Amino acid sequence: MTMISPDQRPQGAERRLEKGSETPTAKRSRRVWGRPDLYTSYRQDMAMLNTRPKQLGVLAIVVVAALLPFVTSDDLLKILGTGLVLSIGAIGLNILVGYAGQVSLGHAFFVGVGAYAASALAGDPEGRYLGFGVDIVPVWILGGGIAAAVAGALVAPIATRLRGLYLAIVTLGLVVIGGYIFTEWRDLSGGAQVGRDAPQPVFLGSELTIDGAYTQEQKLYWLFLVVLVISAVLARNIARSRVGRALAAVRDRDVAAGVMGVELGRYKLIAFVLSSFFAGVCGLLLFVANGVFGPERFTLLLSVQFIAMVLIGGVATVSGSIMGAMLIALLPRISAELPSFLPFITSAANEHPNIFEVEIAIYGSLIVIFLLFEPRGLFGIWVRIRTYWKSFPFSY
Amino acid sequence: MTGFLTAVSGGLGQGAIYVLLALGFVIIYKSMKVVSFAQPAFMMAGAILVSYLTPRFGFAGAVIVGVIGIGLVALAVERVAIRPMVGKAVFVIAIITIGVDIVVRVVAGAFVGTDPLLVGDPWGLETVSIGDVQVQQRHIAALIAMIVVVVALMLFFRLSSTGLAMRAAALDQEAAMAQGVSVGAVFALSWALAGGLAALAGVFAAAGNPIDQTFWVVALAALPVIIVGGLDSLGGAVVAGLLVGVVESLVRAYHSDLFPNLATNTGTLAPYVLMMVVLLVRPHGLFGTKEVERV
Repeated sequence: MTMISPDQRPQGAERRLEKGSETPTAKRSRRVWGRPDLYTSYRQDMAMLNTRPKQLGVLAIVVVAALLPFVTSDDLLKILGTGLVLSIGAIGLNILVGYAGQVSLGHAFFVGVGAYAASALAGDPEGRYLGFGVDIVPVWILGGGIAAAVAGALVAPIATRLRGLYLAIVTLGLVVIGGYIFTEWRDLSGGAQVGRDAPQPVFLGSELTIDGAYTQEQKLYWLFLVVLVISAVLARNIARSRVGRALAAVRDRDVAAGVMGVELGRYKLIAFVLSSFFAGVCGLLLFVANGVFGPERFTLLLSVQFIAMVLIGGVATVSGSIMGAMLIALLPRISAELPSFLPFITSAANEHPNIFEVEIAIYGSLIVIFLLFEPRGLFGIWVRIRTYWKSFPFSY
Repeated sequence: MTGFLTAVSGGLGQGAIYVLLALGFVIIYKSMKVVSFAQPAFMMAGAILVSYLTPRFGFAGAVIVGVIGIGLVALAVERVAIRPMVGKAVFVIAIITIGVDIVVRVVAGAFVGTDPLLVGDPWGLETVSIGDVQVQQRHIAALIAMIVVVVALMLFFRLSSTGLAMRAAALDQEAAMAQGVSVGAVFALSWALAGGLAALAGVFAAAGNPIDQTFWVVALAALPVIIVGGLDSLGGAVVAGLLVGVVESLVRAYHSDLFPNLATNTGTLAPYVLMMVVLLVRPHGLFGTKEVERV
C-alpha cells in the first residue's frame, strides 16, 4: 500500500478544484501496466476496488452469481439464497463487531424487529395479524430496515455506557427480552409455535413466490442477490469513509479516539444504527421463501450463528462476511450428508446425536478452530493464497 | 404473607444455584479477565454426568465424582482451547468460550436420551414446614451447599498458599510471576474450580425435575447475576445471586397480579430487566471495581 503524508491529501477547496480539473490524460496516467500496486493518487488508493484484478474479479463473481440460477438445482439455489440473505446480516454485524469493535450478542433481536416490521407493513390489513397493506417491495424492505435501525438507536444509549464483555452480556439480555416481546405480542407475531406470514414480494406485477417463467427459487435468488450487492457496496463505502475510519479508531482504542476528537457516543450510535439496519433487511428477507416464521427463531442461537459467520469469514471485511455466511448457510446441507459417512449420526430429530445437533457442534468447533489457527478467517486464507501467487516463486 | 415467604424461600434456593454458577464466572474473570460463556455447558454436563453415576456410587458419591469429573473436563478445555489464546483480545477468548459451550452442550445433550433423566437426588419436590411456610427441601439443600462452598472458598483464598497465589495473580500477573507464582497453574485451577462449581449448581438445578435439552438455559440467568454483582467481586456474586433469585421468584409468584394481560410468565425476564436497571445506575455493577482508563 502506498503511504501518503497528510499534507499531500487534497482537502476542502483544493479537493473540489482537483475534481474540476480532472482531464482524461490525468486519468490515463494513473494506471501503469504491470504495476497493479502503484497508486498515483490518494483517491485511487482509497478506491473501492483499488486494483484492476480486483475490479475484474468482483465483476466475474457477480456475473457468475447472477447466472448461477440457470445451471443450479432449485433446492441448492434455496440454500444459496438463504446464504445471500444471511450475508446481509453478517455484513451488518461486522460493521458493529469488526469495524467498531463493539461485541454484540443481540443481533437476533434486530433481525427479528426487521422481520416483524416488514411483515406488518406488507401484511394484509384484513388478515389475522397486524398489517398495513403496503406491498411495494422497496418500501417494506426499507421500512423493516429503518424500524430495526430505530430499535438500534434506542438501545445504543445504554450500550454506549458499557464496554467489552459488559456490552456482550447486556445485548444477550436484549435477545431474551426481545424474544419475550415477540412471543407475547400475538397480534404481531402470532405467538409461540404458530408464527405469522412473511411479506410476499410482488415486483413489477409478478409474484416472486409463485413459479412462472422462472421458478420461485430463481426469482427470489435474484432479488436477494440485488439487495446483497447494494448492501455490500453500501457497507464497503461506509468502511472507507470518514465514518469507517472513526469506527476503526473507536475499535482500536476508544480513549485514544476520544482524545483525538472522535465523538465516542455518536459513532457508537452510528455503528449500532447501521448494523441494525442491515440486520433488519436480513430479517425481513430471511423468511420470504418459507412464508411463515415464529418468534422462536430469534434466539441466542441465531446471534451466535451471526457471530460465527463474522469470525469464520473474517473480521472487518465485507467479502469475508459473505464467505462466512455462505459457509454457515451450507452447513445444514453438509451435516445432512453426514449420516451416510458416519453411521452413529441419525437424521431423526428425536434421537441423539442427530444432524441438527451435529450442525450446531460443527459451527461451534469452527469458531474455536478459526480463532485458534486462522484469526482472520476465510478472508485470511484468501489473503495467504493471494500473497503466495503475488510473490511467486519467492516465499516472502 | 405465607405466599410471599414461600416465594422468597424458593427464590433463595434458586439464588443459591445462581451463586454457585456466578462464583465460577467471577473466579475465571478474576484470573483471566474473561467471561467464560462455557459455564452453562459445564452445568448441563455436570448434571447429566451425576445422573449417570448415581446408580453406581449413590447420590453423594456421584456428586463428588461428577464435580471432580467436570472440573477435569474444564481443565482440559482450558489447556486445549483457552491457553493458546492467552494475551489475545478478551473478546476473542470470550467468543472461543461460546464455541466451547456449544460443542460441550451438544456432546452432553447426546446423552440425555428419550427417557426422563433424573439426577437421583433424595429431595425431589418434598417440603418441610417452617411455621406456616412450606419450604422445598431441595431449596434448603442448595442454600446449605452454597454456604458451605462460599465458606470453603473463603478459607481457601485466605489461608492456603495456592489461594494466596491466585489472589496475587488476580491482582497483578507480572508481579505474581516475579514472585514465583505459576500463572498458568492459576488459570488451570480457576477453570477447574469454575467447572466443578457449575457441575454442583447443575445438580441442584436438576433436583426434582428431569433434565432436558434446554436445561442449560437456567445458567444464562447467572450472567445478569455477575453483571449486577460486578464482574470481579466474589461477595457481589453471592449478594447478587440471592437478590436475583428472590426477585425472579417474587415476580414469578405475583405475575398474574402484576401483569394480568401477559400470558407468558415474566419471571424469566426479571433477571435481565434487573440487570439493565442496575447498569443504568452503576455501570460496573453493585460491587465491581471501577475500571481506570488510560490511553
